[in-house]
Amino acid sequence: MKGKFKQIQSLKYSVTMLAKRIIPCLDIKDGRTVKGVHFMNLRDAGHPVELASYYAQSGADELLFLDIAATNENRSTLLSLVREVAAAINIPFTVGGGVRSIKDAASLLDNGADKISLNSSAIVNPVLIDEISKMYGNQCVVIAVDAAFILNEWKVFRNGGTIETDKELFDWVKEAENRGAGEVLFTSMNHDGTKDGFALEALKTMVGRTKIPVIASGGAGKIEHFRDVFMQCDVSAALAASVFHYGEIAINELKNYLKQNQICVR
Amino acid sequence: MKVAIIDYGAGNVTSLAFALKRVGVESISITFEADELLRSDAVIFPGVGHAAFAMHQLKKYQLDKVIPELKQPFLGICLGMQLMCEHTEEGNCDGLGIFNVKVKQFPDHLKVPHMGWNTVVPSTDTRLIESDDWFYFIHSYYAEISIHTVGKTDYMLDFSAILHKDNFIGCQFHPEKSAVLGEKYLKSFLNLVE
Repeated sequence: MKGKFKQIQSLKYSVTMLAKRIIPCLDIKDGRTVKGVHFMNLRDAGHPVELASYYAQSGADELLFLDIAATNENRSTLLSLVREVAAAINIPFTVGGGVRSIKDAASLLDNGADKISLNSSAIVNPVLIDEISKMYGNQCVVIAVDAAFILNEWKVFRNGGTIETDKELFDWVKEAENRGAGEVLFTSMNHDGTKDGFALEALKTMVGRTKIPVIASGGAGKIEHFRDVFMQCDVSAALAASVFHYGEIAINELKNYLKQNQICVR
Repeated sequence: MKVAIIDYGAGNVTSLAFALKRVGVESISITFEADELLRSDAVIFPGVGHAAFAMHQLKKYQLDKVIPELKQPFLGICLGMQLMCEHTEEGNCDGLGIFNVKVKQFPDHLKVPHMGWNTVVPSTDTRLIESDDWFYFIHSYYAEISIHTVGKTDYMLDFSAILHKDNFIGCQFHPEKSAVLGEKYLKSFLNLVE
């Protein structure tokens, strides 16, 4: 086999050549993106497909669509949106919000979603994780967890952070992994919206305790925060919403900065 | 040009059909019927789901006999590629045996699935890809390096990212999800159609 392949230079800055992923998150309500988006070159910044295409072209590695209304009435709107997104963009995307049954998951996947994100419904009915992963493979099940650090413990919340549960963060992630989740998206409620950086300590613990890839979420404000979370916690991906939507951080500039800091990005 | 996508009822072939449309394929048939495969200019096999279930379905429609005899350009993607190999540790099942290669589970100390963007190093004798391009991967099992390997990827160990033998090509990554370079790769596959 020697000589058939060119030698590639090994990278000193990364254990593997697997790139760290940057994932913009789009909140969807009634088929439209909710948070204000400020891009001059979009015809309609509220339209998820336009925005998704824009991000795909600017170097985003993946996208997350979150249906924040998630009512049954809106389901068909969401499905046709998923189909439109799948037709338009050439990178993977995850859809979450209101997935309560294997049937919900199936219709999203059939319309072109690559992964399903489960949050509250998995807490209420953990078997849902087993069911979807057995049917479609664990690569398409993302367990999304919102948690807050209260009295020396990370407690899991559900229903958009409004209801405290009796679950402890790391135990719940482990359980979800054992049931067949292929990836975990952890949002620290203590850090979300602060723009003060990610929950580094908790993320470090999580990466150490789980075998599945970890996506960091909550707290991104500056490009340095992304460097810190990749360098200090070795997470697989970092997710953010407003810093991208408001144009505070451009994805190509962020990636150049991470490259300069010896972090493997695409 | 007419392209057939093999669908044995295990899920998502929508993305692939959309990607083919984006690269200009006009006639796409999503099918599990042997006749339909034989009538097509090219055949794509996007494996999804579990290996044992997928093999079971192929046998049910007798595609395990039909596929190895096909003469037109054939592309297996992800599990599709793995099932073109001799044997896979997933469900300990035998594949189609087109490639004399074994498929193994990633070792325990790695984050699994191997999920995300990684580079593929082409062999000096392939024209399917040009340089060390980025592609999107998502898998827990890998095909070993073999004489059929024309593209390799490193995830703590080297594995086959592209296998090629005669009219049969397999790729571990998802070209339909690999941005512009993925579309370019699909085009170079379709260019094999005479």
